Amino acid sequence: MSGSEDARSMVLTRIRGALGITKLDRARRAAVIRRLERHPRSTIPAQALLSPAGCVSQFAEMLTKQAAEVARVATPEDAVHAIASYLSSNNLPPRLRIGADLRLAALPWKAAWDISRVYGRAEPSDKACLSRAIVAAAETGTLFLVSGADNPTTLNFLPEFHMVLVKASDIVGSYEEAWDRLRKIYGERTLPRTVNMISGPSRTADIEQTIVRGAHGPRRLYVLIQG
Amino acid sequence: MSPAPEAATDGPLVGLFVTCLVDLFRPSVAFAAIKLLEAGGARVEVPRAQACCGQPAYNSGDRDDAVAIARQVIEAFEPFDYVVAPSGSCTGMLKVHYPRLLADDPRCAERAKTLAAKSYELTSFLVDVLGLSEVEASYEGTVTYHDSCSSSRELHIRDAPRRLLASVTGLTLIELPESEICCGFGGTFSVKYPDISGAILDAKLNNILDTEASAVLAGDLGCLMQIAGGLSRERAKIEVRHVAEVLAGMTDMPAIAASLKSR
Amino acid sequence: MAEATISFKKAASEALADGELQRALQNVKTGFVAKRAAAKSRLPEFEALRAEARAIKDHTLTHLDLYLEAYESKVVESGGKVHFAPTAADARDIVLGLCHDYGAKLVAKGKSMVSEEIALNAHLQAAGMEVVETDLGEYIVQLRGETPSHIIAPVIHLNKETVAADFRRAHKGRLTSRRLSDVQDLVAEARSVLREKFLVADVGITGANLLIAETGSSVIVTNEGNGDLTSTLPRTHIVIASIEKIVPTLEDACTILRLLCRSATGQDITTYTTFTTGLRHEGDPDGPTAYHVVLLDNGRSEMLGGTFQDMLRCIRCGACLNHCPVYGAIGGHAYGSVYPGPMGAVLTPALQGLDHVRDLPNASSLCGRCEEVCPMSIPLPSMLRAWRERDFAEGKRSRAEGLALKAWAFAAKRPGLYHALAAVGVPLLTRLAGGRGRFTRLAFAKPWTRVRDLPAPEGRTFQQLYAKMQKDRK
Repeated sequence: MSGSEDARSMVLTRIRGALGITKLDRARRAAVIRRLERHPRSTIPAQALLSPAGCVSQFAEMLTKQAAEVARVATPEDAVHAIASYLSSNNLPPRLRIGADLRLAALPWKAAWDISRVYGRAEPSDKACLSRAIVAAAETGTLFLVSGADNPTTLNFLPEFHMVLVKASDIVGSYEEAWDRLRKIYGERTLPRTVNMISGPSRTADIEQTIVRGAHGPRRLYVLIQG
Repeated sequence: MSPAPEAATDGPLVGLFVTCLVDLFRPSVAFAAIKLLEAGGARVEVPRAQACCGQPAYNSGDRDDAVAIARQVIEAFEPFDYVVAPSGSCTGMLKVHYPRLLADDPRCAERAKTLAAKSYELTSFLVDVLGLSEVEASYEGTVTYHDSCSSSRELHIRDAPRRLLASVTGLTLIELPESEICCGFGGTFSVKYPDISGAILDAKLNNILDTEASAVLAGDLGCLMQIAGGLSRERAKIEVRHVAEVLAGMTDMPAIAASLKSR
Repeated sequence: MAEATISFKKAASEALADGELQRALQNVKTGFVAKRAAAKSRLPEFEALRAEARAIKDHTLTHLDLYLEAYESKVVESGGKVHFAPTAADARDIVLGLCHDYGAKLVAKGKSMVSEEIALNAHLQAAGMEVVETDLGEYIVQLRGETPSHIIAPVIHLNKETVAADFRRAHKGRLTSRRLSDVQDLVAEARSVLREKFLVADVGITGANLLIAETGSSVIVTNEGNGDLTSTLPRTHIVIASIEKIVPTLEDACTILRLLCRSATGQDITTYTTFTTGLRHEGDPDGPTAYHVVLLDNGRSEMLGGTFQDMLRCIRCGACLNHCPVYGAIGGHAYGSVYPGPMGAVLTPALQGLDHVRDLPNASSLCGRCEEVCPMSIPLPSMLRAWRERDFAEGKRSRAEGLALKAWAFAAKRPGLYHALAAVGVPLLTRLAGGRGRFTRLAFAKPWTRVRDLPAPEGRTFQQLYAKMQKDRK
């Protein structure tokens, strides 16, 4: 559409004019391409530089401070037991919204045979959902969840109770390491539709600076660290 | 380390930058500064060709006049080893802003940098250049200290006045909470936006009165006039003085805004 | 001009007399200030990150055209479309056009300062669409027909009783006897009201804290999750962001995010930091089927290469507002601009010219706290002075002020004359004070003495006394 082409060209021309760019400059272009391809890291805080064991314990500690509930489970069976008892202790029906994630499907659900798993995107009526985090950063107790059929994004936001499983070996120190993991999975310069960095249950302090949980997203976040 | 004997003939030559407020409203501050500098081993002269550092023009956007004044100050103070002012904001003007103002002036750019490098606020000069760690003065009472915006944020002065105050016999320093928050003076701001200036002042006065100190000190007369004016309006019984007066042991005269019949 | 001055001063006076606002502003000073300081002290690398963030932004700004092009090509690759909007009117029309194309009746909005800047909501509403702000603070502001008073905490100026009254008035079909006395009650009600809107909205519009050229992503930080529901549930997702929000890479985003949250609310990270890229992939059970990004210029390109370029580093954290004694005294509404506080005083005239907002850069004591806490090291006081220089050059100040300054400068440039005049004036003034040591009233100093006493001089100027002393010595 010629209108939008004009607008685009107008803005870019203005920018180049203001910067004093009069001709195609190879060096400029090369600098941009280089940065985009190499994506160099800046300083990574010491609080993100941890041993694997340190990653797990700081991750749990920070998430707990940020009002999530954190449990460590050694085996897949322990995970299922923990999920079942979380549902019952919170008076929730034995029903979980869940995505097509194979690792979640492969959990020994017969250990909690009465939990019905409902697949697909979340519905407003879902009370509890279970997702798997693809990676997590101990730096600030942050889970990384990605969109897709495996763990639909709506599971992260619609229910009141959100449960997230993360493998201990998927907990890295810094955000940068987490992004590198995603690059390995999705390729360079490509991301799924949504990547959610989640560090606690939903909250707001807009009214009188008083913190209240469950503003629009989940009121409770239960994180299971497995392994 | 006690101060060197006065009237040394080979100490550094200091040009005293009086500042317009001290010149007009409280000359005793300048006399106190001279006393302290000479006690510290410096030789002090006061060039007559000075009036103002140019801040009112500079902060009002009148760059041309600010530049003209700056050139004059540079000229007047060129002969000295150091330029010392009993004011953080005027020192900031000379040290931080003159080089910026004259950056494009081929004749004065270097001279501005030279002046900047040798300009100091009084307490910082006494401690950091003359190497003083104490003064010979006494003052019975509790004092609290307000750090002016320029001293804190332009010149990064915090320690020097406190170290010298600590050496004053009989004086107890009570730290002022939020001491480096603005008092609301801001030069022309105080008369262009007096209500906002007054509201900012109220917060500062509350902090001062909460310390229950018998005196409040600062190194900038603008701040002190704002604070003293506010305390006086409240009829508060707390003295307001320039830190130089206390350090020089010259507290016989009435405090700022105090009646001449007091003390 | 004269009109604008009265409105700022009037608004400021009203704000100073508003007890509820004054109490609320205390929350800013004690809450945000303390939290930021605590967060900074917990991060030893804060200053190093500050220097790097500045370098990242400076590099980006000097290559902005190229990064915008790279960003655009990635958005297109991911199935989205980029629309450049040279002006606010262009941006409004583009968004309206998209909403029409997608048959939108209900539009859900995440928090976006840019959408306030271009007055988007009114434009969509005039065309018959329902627009719902979903950020709790923005929602309340919308109910009240107001504008936000703080860029991070839109309703910091309100108390819970006021909000409860607004909810009772606006939310129909609910039991009048229901409890709305606690903040929890209010949040719960807002959650259920807005939930209904999220689920039927046709279009979701979000702002962007950052845009990432490497992947064509837009980033929002929230604690509530409303931005996420806004960008995930509706079929169409529109991002509206200004051109300087671009950063090159995911790593660069990490660096800036580390500073943003700590500077804004004192959190190491917000609850939700979300990266959206294009539309839903094949096989995704949720996510939008259309993705559009509107890139707003509206005066920013003109700031490049000039005195105010550094202002484009701003990441809208609000730290300058929180630490500003002027903002702390009068709050955000008195500024009369979408962007209040120190950053607003610099940015607003840059975007819309000095006319009507001359007070903004002048109403500052230049205390410098803003620059001290700015995570992007923006030299705010210098830029306020630069605006004052333009203001002075345009000659629209009051006659009295102009004369006073001219007189002062005239004398200051002539020390001999200055000393002579002072030698007459100071003794006179001293005599007027009559030994009281101060003036509670003084004819030509009314702006001063209205608010505080004026200390009296000491009888002679220093120069007079010093000259006499030197003479006596000889």
